[in-house]
Amino acid sequence: MGEKVLMKGNEAIGEAAIRSGCRHFFGYPITPQTELSAYMVKKMPKIGGVFLQAESEVAAINMVYGAAAAGVRAMTSSSSPGISLKSEGISYLAAGDLPCVIVNIVRGGPGLGGIQPAQSDYFQATRGGGHGDYHLIVLAPNSVQELVYLTADAFNLSDEYRIPVMLLGDGTLGQMMEPVDFDSIPEPVYAEKPWAATGTENKRDKNVIETLFLEATELEERVLEREKKYDVVKEKLQRYEAHNTDDADIIISSYGITSRVVETAVKILRDEGIKAGVIRPITLWPFPEKIYKQVKPKAFLSVEMSTGQMVEDIRLACECSAPVYFCGRTGGVIPTPDEVVQKVKDILKEVK
Amino acid sequence: MSKTIYAKPKSLTDTTFRYCPGCSHGIVHKLVCEVIDELDIQGKTIAVEPVGCAVTAHNYFNFDVVQAAHGRAPAVATGIKRSLPDRIVFTYQGDGDLASIGTAETVHSATRGENITVIFINNTIYGMTGGQMAPTSLPGQVTQTSPYGRDTHTQGYPVRICEMLATLDGPSYIARVSTDTVPHIKEAKKAIKKAFENQINGKGFSIVEILSTCPTNWGMSPIEAMKRLQDEMIPYYPLGVYKDVEEVNE
Ligand SMILES: Cc1ncc(C[n+]2csc(CCOP(=O)(O)OP(=O)(O)O)c2C)c(N)n1
Ligand code: SF4
Ligand SMILES: [Mg+2]
Repeated sequence: MGEKVLMKGNEAIGEAAIRSGCRHFFGYPITPQTELSAYMVKKMPKIGGVFLQAESEVAAINMVYGAAAAGVRAMTSSSSPGISLKSEGISYLAAGDLPCVIVNIVRGGPGLGGIQPAQSDYFQATRGGGHGDYHLIVLAPNSVQELVYLTADAFNLSDEYRIPVMLLGDGTLGQMMEPVDFDSIPEPVYAEKPWAATGTENKRDKNVIETLFLEATELEERVLEREKKYDVVKEKLQRYEAHNTDDADIIISSYGITSRVVETAVKILRDEGIKAGVIRPITLWPFPEKIYKQVKPKAFLSVEMSTGQMVEDIRLACECSAPVYFCGRTGGVIPTPDEVVQKVKDILKEVK
Repeated sequence: MSKTIYAKPKSLTDTTFRYCPGCSHGIVHKLVCEVIDELDIQGKTIAVEPVGCAVTAHNYFNFDVVQAAHGRAPAVATGIKRSLPDRIVFTYQGDGDLASIGTAETVHSATRGENITVIFINNTIYGMTGGQMAPTSLPGQVTQTSPYGRDTHTQGYPVRICEMLATLDGPSYIARVSTDTVPHIKEAKKAIKKAFENQINGKGFSIVEILSTCPTNWGMSPIEAMKRLQDEMIPYYPLGVYKDVEEVNE
């Protein structure tokens, strides 16, 4: 481990992206991710990079599309309402098999919602958001250090699979300061991009990045080809953290900042002799479904800062081997450990 | 000994145009490709094609092409140009694409003085989707979505892009040309060439609006369509150079 520096989550993403070879950042201001743009605009000119404040999130994501098509490591960041606007472009990026990293520092919704931290964009992140049969790889860190590791992973995974990667955080993670070590982050692994539109230099056949296929069977073929890639990712990339699952009567799942609340709750529960365990998904897509099939609790509990979205994935993953409960707050309210503890006690009375 | 009198530009593929007879898209494709050949930039050029009838341009352009979402071509071109500043990047867009759904991207790439070239095909209609009213449709023009003629009280007035963009400091070159006669087509080529030369010389945003025909959706023969362009479009959309900044755009 190298030297640790104290850094805000949003700024740490920026530094990690730069260290991962990202030199093209296209943004549009929105709370609570603004510090990331502010960091990038200061740094990029000093290292020969590009920071551009676009006229809208629509334009920003399409600039990413252009940069990614040209073969460079490109990034954009926003928060919920801005991600809705980017969704058009994200669908095209997925369709063009263009690698890039999209950061969503989620705030409460729907509509303009609020500016407090939330996790209510889980469906949007994991189910698409834009139109068509596609997926993003969705990574959900729970500390500033993990934010940094996953930013580096995001660029590498995106290049490797040619799938856009979304880094899903929340306002708390973005704003909080924690010690972080950059020396231990994954090295950039650059993929060859023979498909990129870089100009032929009269040395190769032209490259075309296209997403329109008017022949139904041709479009189907392309979509199914991509689906095969998704199957590989589903097989190889399920990431999670789990502990205390072997004897657990109840397994609590949460991701991102909520998992820090859950850790405190689990300590309280264990101290009281209640057998609570933890599965914390780190990849939200692909969802770490395998581990849910290996555990045998009496109940699952999903703790989220939403009205309960991941709860559906847990149900699918555990194949109803036990009931799946939900506990959470939304609109920007963070659940307390006590609320989780109480919910667990209530559930365990029910399931015995 | 035979002498070459005419050769197809090498920047055009051998694929036969699938545009309708009398459509200006074919003419403009050829002009653009001739210019690219003359400037010897085929290997450096990256086109951004629109959503509109020219969504198939990559079948004809013999250089790298990126297909953009509807209206987003200038943003996509910005992303490419900022990544590969020594490449020549141009967009090719229809009026629905550039002047309606993509207005924000058009205006802001122009005002940034983005060092790209924009080829704007104004045929006063949504060609690809079967002839709906465009932002550029003339007052009274009958289209699928203005069956009683464009009613300016409820459907507003046409957008004059060149005049609008000429109010900005960012663009370096703005011209409106036409495809109706041989002299006009020659003028059009000169303007297109200048718009590419400007980019090569780092002068920033250049746009050439090309008044064009869509005989199919106008419900006219190619000859009638050319006549409409001359009699109705040119008076409403005066030809000429709207801006020409000789010095480098900072
Ligand atoms: C987001 C979105 N909205 C609508 C469409 C449907 N659409 C395809 S082409 C087009 C208009 C094209 O007209 P124009 O840009 O003038 O090009 P032309 O075909 O006339 O050259 C529309 C509305 C689309 N593809 N995407
Ligand atoms: S529909 Fe109109 S614009 Fe499209 S190819 Fe035919 S004539 Fe040209
Ligand atoms: Mg049109």
